Amino acid sequence: MSMHCGYLFKRSFRRLLSSQNNKGLPRKFPLAGVKNVILVASGKGGVGKSTVATNLAIALSKWCSVGLLDADVFGPSIPLMMNVREVPEINHQKLILPPINYNVKCMSMGLLVDPSSPVVWRGLMVMQAIRKLLRGVLWGPLDLLIVDMPPGTGDTQLSITQEIPVTGVVLVTTPQAVALADCIKGAEMFGKVSLPILGLIENMSFFSCPFCSVKHHLYGSTPLSELVAGTAADVPVLAQLPMEPSVVRDCDKGSPSVIDNPHIGLVFDSVAERLLLHLDLESET
Amino acid sequence: SSGINAEYGIITVLSGKGGVGKSTTVAVLAGTLASSGLSVGVLDADLCGPSLSRMIGLKGSIHSCEQGWLPLSASVGKGRISAVSLSFLVENQDEAVIWRGPKKTAMIKQFLSDVCWGALDYLLIDTPPGTSDEHMTIMEAIPNCSVVLVTSPQAVAAADVLRQVTFCKKTNANVLGIIETMSGFVCPNCSDCGLLFGKGGGKRLAEYCNIEFLGYVPIDPNLSRLLDRGELFKNFQSSASIQSYTEITKKLIKP
Repeated sequence: MSMHCGYLFKRSFRRLLSSQNNKGLPRKFPLAGVKNVILVASGKGGVGKSTVATNLAIALSKWCSVGLLDADVFGPSIPLMMNVREVPEINHQKLILPPINYNVKCMSMGLLVDPSSPVVWRGLMVMQAIRKLLRGVLWGPLDLLIVDMPPGTGDTQLSITQEIPVTGVVLVTTPQAVALADCIKGAEMFGKVSLPILGLIENMSFFSCPFCSVKHHLYGSTPLSELVAGTAADVPVLAQLPMEPSVVRDCDKGSPSVIDNPHIGLVFDSVAERLLLHLDLESET
Repeated sequence: SSGINAEYGIITVLSGKGGVGKSTTVAVLAGTLASSGLSVGVLDADLCGPSLSRMIGLKGSIHSCEQGWLPLSASVGKGRISAVSLSFLVENQDEAVIWRGPKKTAMIKQFLSDVCWGALDYLLIDTPPGTSDEHMTIMEAIPNCSVVLVTSPQAVAAADVLRQVTFCKKTNANVLGIIETMSGFVCPNCSDCGLLFGKGGGKRLAEYCNIEFLGYVPIDPNLSRLLDRGELFKNFQSSASIQSYTEITKKLIKP
């Protein structure tokens, strides 16, 4: 056991050295008891990151233990979407105990502040809050932590990618040019910090009119793989999700669609199976 | 104080939620105002995701004069739109701007104080989602800033915008009203109206917060296409949602 730990320490120490630059950035340390971390990100707001993160977390929870961290301190959607309302308890080590629903541990700034109170913070406070949500929460033991990222390429993204080792990133986008542009920027940013992009999820691909069933591609019908070819986001497309009013309603009522919608369930099961291939579920943490 | 000379005022478009149509609202409002003969400035304060310049079809590098930076501009109808965006300052448009708060604050301050806008009728400011450095910098630089809030009908969006309303109250902003975007989709095939994201969430929020409800804007694929291609001002009147924005603009314009 001690030799195994020694090997793991040397391996993680080498990783630490290679991940630092010479400008004195904080060292990355794994979260206690958490084996893998996947970021669900986009660059653009409103493309469905939180929708994807919640449904993916529940789908993956059938195979491994999963946590869901809402890293959007300004617009925390996870409490509503995962129907988690209770104020978290604190244990004797002063660690926050993440509430559990749908078999997923959840944590969000939305559980720590009044729903109508804005979080009006500059970047430094955001950094500290993110650190608290990462290290001040008793996440472990956990096979996988999914992090629902806010839009943009700023403080939160930098804080998380500099703080903890990340298995990879799932990027969510719509086919809209402005969304793609931001998605590519997001991919470029993750490339700069050497994070692998595990795949793309195309949301709002099309809408089927409920009255005449005609399909409408609201943002064009060019395949996403063509739109991102040659860019930093040129990675496999893991799924295409349609615009479905039922998915919107499910989010709003806190009942993620994977639970009761067979089609959506199949889509996210397929994504989960592909992501499982990237996870290390065996090693001790 | 920013020292910007905007005869009829500076309007900041906020949401709190991403992807609800802030940039679209700024682009269309600017086009509507300019079409009627006004000189409109647009400032894109979304440094990480500067969508506005693509939407209004302005590209190029910003130049400077003795007094400061010169915005890029274009004639629109009888009027003019002048714009400032970080995309005019970076060479590679695909390159991510990975900045922490202090750098973003400094950039926004420069946009507010070092740009030679000239005499404007209106300045419209597009913002990123959230209530962070960019928003605080704008509110500090423009006391009693006029604000238009944008939301989609979804509860998750309305929840973020509710926080934004509180932010506006705390910063003594003058909230002109709430716009509900993505409110219904009229099928081009059968003309029936499907509610992709529901309807009425923004109106209910306005009533709850005792704020004027400025109007609904439907999902408009034609508008999305024009914005994606930067061709909005070449085909300005051709989109159904433009009429909705025209009615909203009438409520915002001072007599």
